[in-house]
Amino acid sequence: MARRDTPEIPSGAMADIAFMLLIFFLVATTMDVDSGLARMLPPKLDEEMPDPPEIKERNVFVVQINSQNRVALKGEPVEINQLKDKAKEFIANPNDLEKLPEKEIKDVEYFGPYNISKGVISLQNDNGTSYETYIAVQNELVKAYNELREDLAQSKFHKSFEELDEPRQSAIRKIYAQKISEAEPRNVGK
Amino acid sequence: MAKFGRKGKGGTPAVSTASLPDIVFMLLFFFMVTTVMRTADLKVKNNLPSATELKKLEKKSLVSYIYVGEPKRQFVKLFGTEPRIQLNDQFATVSDIEQFIISEREARDEKEVPFMTTSLKVDGKAKMGIVTDIKQALREVNALKINYSSRKKNDK
Repeated sequence: MARRDTPEIPSGAMADIAFMLLIFFLVATTMDVDSGLARMLPPKLDEEMPDPPEIKERNVFVVQINSQNRVALKGEPVEINQLKDKAKEFIANPNDLEKLPEKEIKDVEYFGPYNISKGVISLQNDNGTSYETYIAVQNELVKAYNELREDLAQSKFHKSFEELDEPRQSAIRKIYAQKISEAEPRNVGK
Repeated sequence: MAKFGRKGKGGTPAVSTASLPDIVFMLLFFFMVTTVMRTADLKVKNNLPSATELKKLEKKSLVSYIYVGEPKRQFVKLFGTEPRIQLNDQFATVSDIEQFIISEREARDEKEVPFMTTSLKVDGKAKMGIVTDIKQALREVNALKINYSSRKKNDK
């Protein structure tokens, strides 16, 4: 049994090695998680594609941002922080008002036939609009949708939208589908 | 001086350092797990706007980044102060985006291409003109999934 005599590997330097690695990872670390507003761009316009069907005026929620970073809603100037409530009112149209979008009955899982709004949000911006304002407006619009989904999840399933399983989430997503269309670039004016 | 005098007479034993490697390893693993390697050297100022309705970017390996912002001070002489696009480690123009996306796609598996996302890291002060140009270029190459990168705003 000669093997019994082999000396143990000194482990005193292990701490030093570990420290070296630790310092390397400390330096190389960026803690921030990448997050942002997820969006889908519309597919490229095809020459042969027929023109999209006309959308009635009551079904469109036109948000314009000019080069001075002022926001207008259907031509009327508004503040960014009012935008969310206006958008919510537009999408949900709780009282079935004439001016607000039409609804269409569709079958949705868990809900049965459900009145789904045909409203579309149209976002137009100028080339001179600052990105910060643009993101702020986008954020408000997404927030409007998220809050509506949350409300529906609470009233129907008594749970927050995040906690629901995938089929239920997609049912709610179907009812409040994010329809934010961005116009082809052009100058909205001053 | 009495305190020093006591030394050598036995006194308190030294703190054991035997568990030091364990502690260091614990820290090491923590940092190894949380680390995101710095991918590109930023050449533009990148002060992201803030928003509240954020979605986390999933699958980091499928994300390509486009940076936009004013060139940093050492590049001002060469590139001016207007916001510029940075792809990988270089300044680029809108026409380079197409090639950039195509090469990003070639580097990935074919199956994963539909899940690829483009993260737009745009400085808050940049104008929409340049962003719109980028969006049009992305539509040209059918890279439709995008993410407007922004910081978390502390809500009220």
